[in-house]
Amino acid sequence: MFAYIVRRVLATIPVMAFVALFVFSLLYVAPGDPAAVIAGDQATPDDVERIRASLGLDRPFLIRFGEWVWRILQGDLGVSIFTNLPVSTMIQQRIEPTMSLMIITLILAVSVAIPMGVVAAWKQGTVIDRTVMGFAVLGFSVPVFVVGYVLAYVFALELDWVPVQGYTPIKQGLWPWFRNLILPSIALGTVYIALIARITRATMLEVLQQDYIRTARAKGAGQRNILFLHALKNAAVPIVTVIGIGIALLIGGAVVTESVFAIPGLGRLTVDAILRRDYPVIQGVVLLFSFVYVLVNLFIDLLYTILDPRIRY
Amino acid sequence: MDRRNFLKATAGVAALTGTTGVSAPALSQGAAARTLRFVPQANLANFDPIWGTQYVVRNAAALVWDTLYGFDDKLEPKRQMVESEEVSSDGKVWTFKLREGLMWHDGTKVTAADCVASLARWAVRDGMGQMIRTIQEELVAVDDRTFRWRLKTPYPKMLLALGKNNTPMAFMMPERLAKTDPFQQINEYIGSGPMRFVRNEWVPGAKAVFSKFEQYVPRNEPPSWLAGGKRINVDRIEWIIMPDPATASAALMNGEIDWWETPLTDLIPSLRRNRNIRVDIADPLGNIGAFRFNHLHAPFNDVRARRAVAMVLNQEDYMRAVVGDDKALWQTLPSFFTPGTPLYTEAGGDVLKGPRNVEAARALLRESGYNGQPITLLVGQDQAPLKAMGEVTNALLRSIGMNVDFVATDWGTVGQRRASKSLPGQGGWHIFHTWHAGADCINPASYLALRAHGDGAWFGWPKDDAVEAARDKWFVAPDVAAEKAAVAEMNTAAMRHLTYAPTGFYKTYQAWRSNVTGVVGAPIPFFWGVSKS
Repeated sequence: MFAYIVRRVLATIPVMAFVALFVFSLLYVAPGDPAAVIAGDQATPDDVERIRASLGLDRPFLIRFGEWVWRILQGDLGVSIFTNLPVSTMIQQRIEPTMSLMIITLILAVSVAIPMGVVAAWKQGTVIDRTVMGFAVLGFSVPVFVVGYVLAYVFALELDWVPVQGYTPIKQGLWPWFRNLILPSIALGTVYIALIARITRATMLEVLQQDYIRTARAKGAGQRNILFLHALKNAAVPIVTVIGIGIALLIGGAVVTESVFAIPGLGRLTVDAILRRDYPVIQGVVLLFSFVYVLVNLFIDLLYTILDPRIRY
Repeated sequence: MDRRNFLKATAGVAALTGTTGVSAPALSQGAAARTLRFVPQANLANFDPIWGTQYVVRNAAALVWDTLYGFDDKLEPKRQMVESEEVSSDGKVWTFKLREGLMWHDGTKVTAADCVASLARWAVRDGMGQMIRTIQEELVAVDDRTFRWRLKTPYPKMLLALGKNNTPMAFMMPERLAKTDPFQQINEYIGSGPMRFVRNEWVPGAKAVFSKFEQYVPRNEPPSWLAGGKRINVDRIEWIIMPDPATASAALMNGEIDWWETPLTDLIPSLRRNRNIRVDIADPLGNIGAFRFNHLHAPFNDVRARRAVAMVLNQEDYMRAVVGDDKALWQTLPSFFTPGTPLYTEAGGDVLKGPRNVEAARALLRESGYNGQPITLLVGQDQAPLKAMGEVTNALLRSIGMNVDFVATDWGTVGQRRASKSLPGQGGWHIFHTWHAGADCINPASYLALRAHGDGAWFGWPKDDAVEAARDKWFVAPDVAAEKAAVAEMNTAAMRHLTYAPTGFYKTYQAWRSNVTGVVGAPIPFFWGVSKS
């Protein structure tokens, strides 16, 4: 197992190298000019050219790429073209809101979706099943921003239970922190709940047809035991896989959720950086997201061995 | 239902159902009253008003850095940091004396040497500053509070240059910051203005915080835009960046923010229905919508092709597309200059008046030699006014038989591509859209977009000696009558040449909570005189 983990961690190096080369190349060929944005509308073409030169954007691809890789190897993500702040500082400023949003969404989604899926499978064909599946279809169909606006309207504007927008750091108190994240995590979690609930239901339906479930019933095991100990445990691998894949869904959804609820997270940082062509920030954030995604996949793979002892690496 | 309609409907329902209850601010009531929460027009992504000349940077900078002179609401430069000035009888030597008590935020005194260094940096980047540099003999500090600018020839518009609110404004910085290369960013944000910049709370893209500078000594005169006493009535101003207008609208209704600089026009009716919210024109000087021709390439290198387009240009179509049916927000503009300002003129603007003549335009276009080649029309889709104008121009060009290559892209790409002088089919362009702040178009001083000096001109590179000659006359005009004559001549020449195509004049609203007082309509959101109860 240890050797496997080491192998997987080492395997992230070429993956990250490829991501780095891909992102850098993509940004190099993509249209857009940060110098023009910085200079503003009153600037002359000469001003724009001088700013471009001062930022080093007029240098050849290989030199820029080489310098960037060299800095990355030293743990330096560079400095934002616009803010003059280190990219690592900007990520540090933004990581807490995004991580908070994703963790709460994940907890909410898993704790709601799995029981929903299990119950739907158990009550297959009944009103409960149809209601759960109806919710799942709705969850897939309604965009995050619509869910966000409706929630904000009802629970913030009408009922005044929670704020419309913003983020309170956790160090300012657990409740203020949580209060700001309730609506965003529900909005972001809706599609995720729908996805996990559907997969859980489908997998459970398959498992519930197995001989060992019939045996368990014959032995007189209680319904709860059959569902959650026998069936769910054996259905866990595909569910966990979907949860892992869904992390990417969450990262994408966080961009919209953070905009709708004015949360200063990494999603908004990424969009702002892309619109302004702040290359060092885009590169830094994409590398970070890729790294997180690779780690999540590693974690999921390791989880398989716990959920299904037959799996060995 | 699309996203825009959805957010309108949500905000509308919120207003109708009387979201007027007592809000639950995150701060205690006392602290909340001393903190003004403001949603600016855009993200404050950098904070060097000389290096980066975006309006949002200038607006924030006006809180932190002071100016020697400042425009008042009559568009006249008034003394601000300066106590007195003296100009020699031949108009070539200007001597300025700073007023007493000026302090930097780090506790040191503002000196003439600081101002000399600041003016030197500013003059590299500013159009008027560059003009002064070309005739400069010396710029030196005479003593701690006095500095002198000696010129080779008179420059009558000196005070206008130092007090104008067009970017880059002549902000004063400590000498050590002002010695930074004008094409490099400063690393410290120390000014002598009424607010300090709280750097450690700055989260670009999310929040910028300013705290009251207690040692600031305001002038005794009442505040008037950038002139007069800049008295701050709150302890702290928080700029909160909200990219989503529906969220900003809901936050304003809920009392989570106090002042919103640029509400979406679609949301104004719902904001007006809320009795806790006030709505008024944000900037009486408004904006001039525009599209620019590329004067380097056919067909628009021929004035007849430009004129053919102008003959069918209906500004009402553009304005309704940009700001809707609220007539308080727009007017047609047969001029290049800001309506309602002293030098406004419609001289030569007939081409934009009266019934539009499609047949005559088609004939003129044929005469120009247009042979059906694709017209590369750049349209930034992420800027609502530009997107709206782009759609109208697309229809307009097609109506006279032009073959349009509609390039829907983002503003970042337009910003890069418009700088290309290549052939339109090879990475260049024929037309792109933009808008000019009305404050930049009150006279020719900082009106880069109207210049027609070829290669050095703004994107599109128009060249017309008559436009430039009229502009030169304005700079040496001895009085207002001569200035008006020069501007009329410039407008006529630019209309004949069609330096660019104005698509109309429009304003936008601003909105604030009713417990906030002292908000004025101006080209910059001014925080002095604003109180919150």
